[in-house]
Amino acid sequence: MQARAIVVTSGKGGVGKTTTTANIGAALAAEGEKVAVIDVDVGLRNLDVVMGLESRVVFDLIDVLEGRCKMRQALIRDKRIENLYLLPASQTKDKQSLDPKIFRAVVKHLLEDEGFDRILIDSPAGIERGFQTAAAPAEGALVVVNPEVSSVRDADRIIGLLEAGGVEENKLIVNRIRPQMVKRGDMLSVDDIEEILGLGLIGIVPEDEGILVSTNVGEPVVLRKERSQAAQEFKNIAKRIRGENVPFPNLEEEGGFLASLRRIFGGR
Amino acid sequence: MFWWRRKKSKQKAKERLQLVLAYDRARLAPGKMEELKRDLLSVLSRYFPADAEQVEIEFEQRGERVVLVADIPFAND
Repeated sequence: MQARAIVVTSGKGGVGKTTTTANIGAALAAEGEKVAVIDVDVGLRNLDVVMGLESRVVFDLIDVLEGRCKMRQALIRDKRIENLYLLPASQTKDKQSLDPKIFRAVVKHLLEDEGFDRILIDSPAGIERGFQTAAAPAEGALVVVNPEVSSVRDADRIIGLLEAGGVEENKLIVNRIRPQMVKRGDMLSVDDIEEILGLGLIGIVPEDEGILVSTNVGEPVVLRKERSQAAQEFKNIAKRIRGENVPFPNLEEEGGFLASLRRIFGGR
Repeated sequence: MFWWRRKKSKQKAKERLQLVLAYDRARLAPGKMEELKRDLLSVLSRYFPADAEQVEIEFEQRGERVVLVADIPFAND
């Protein structure tokens, strides 16, 4: 992706925006980029706990926007990985001060003066002011969607709003896909969703229990030692964002013994 | 091994989505179709006698595409 300021968005809540932001941010940093992840969900701060940095929050985005602290005081450096920084949302302060113009200037400052290579902006759910602010500085978007009708419908709406707002390099992440259900014909497939939304695909993340475990302990799954399909795919997405041509996972092939029996006797 | 007996639910999901998105993208509440129908009729009636009672207008899934289908019978009188 050419875009250096990327908003992670979905319209619908609870589809995995924050987890996606945390993991792709960490994976990009692991690839050597200097990355800032910014939580714009004012009042419902979450990126800090997902990343396990909640105890280090002193200042937040609104403090920066209103000039109560310097940018460097608010940025929390992730000690587990070089070049990864979090700018947390405010938990309490009035979100009226979240001005799209000022936020655009903040992101520009990070890219031009603080030497950041990439900014990932975790957008709040919905299509109102919070989303509009989050998208204001973005040149591109990662649209996170679950294989489920309400999520796809909201994603379509968001894509329309992004395009209308001049955010042009938009890519699709299908999150929480369950290959067995797709195979059975009880879940929209990645192809279906791509076709309906007409957006280029950049990631297919399977449902993975490891995600909840990683959130429990506050460590993005891409930084953990345990093998995880979701972690692998988040790493792949980071590589694709950087322009590498990484093949998409073949979800047909996993499933183990039962699946292979079905392949042999199922006549598919 | 019962799933082939019923229509796959994902097929249903896909069809419903394509229809609802057709309305969403057109910024058209399904209720707005009545208005469209009236306007269409007033134009058409300048050219031929249409049976206003029997007119049907709806979005329809046709293969890969969603199309607006208007079924407008001639008036019999």
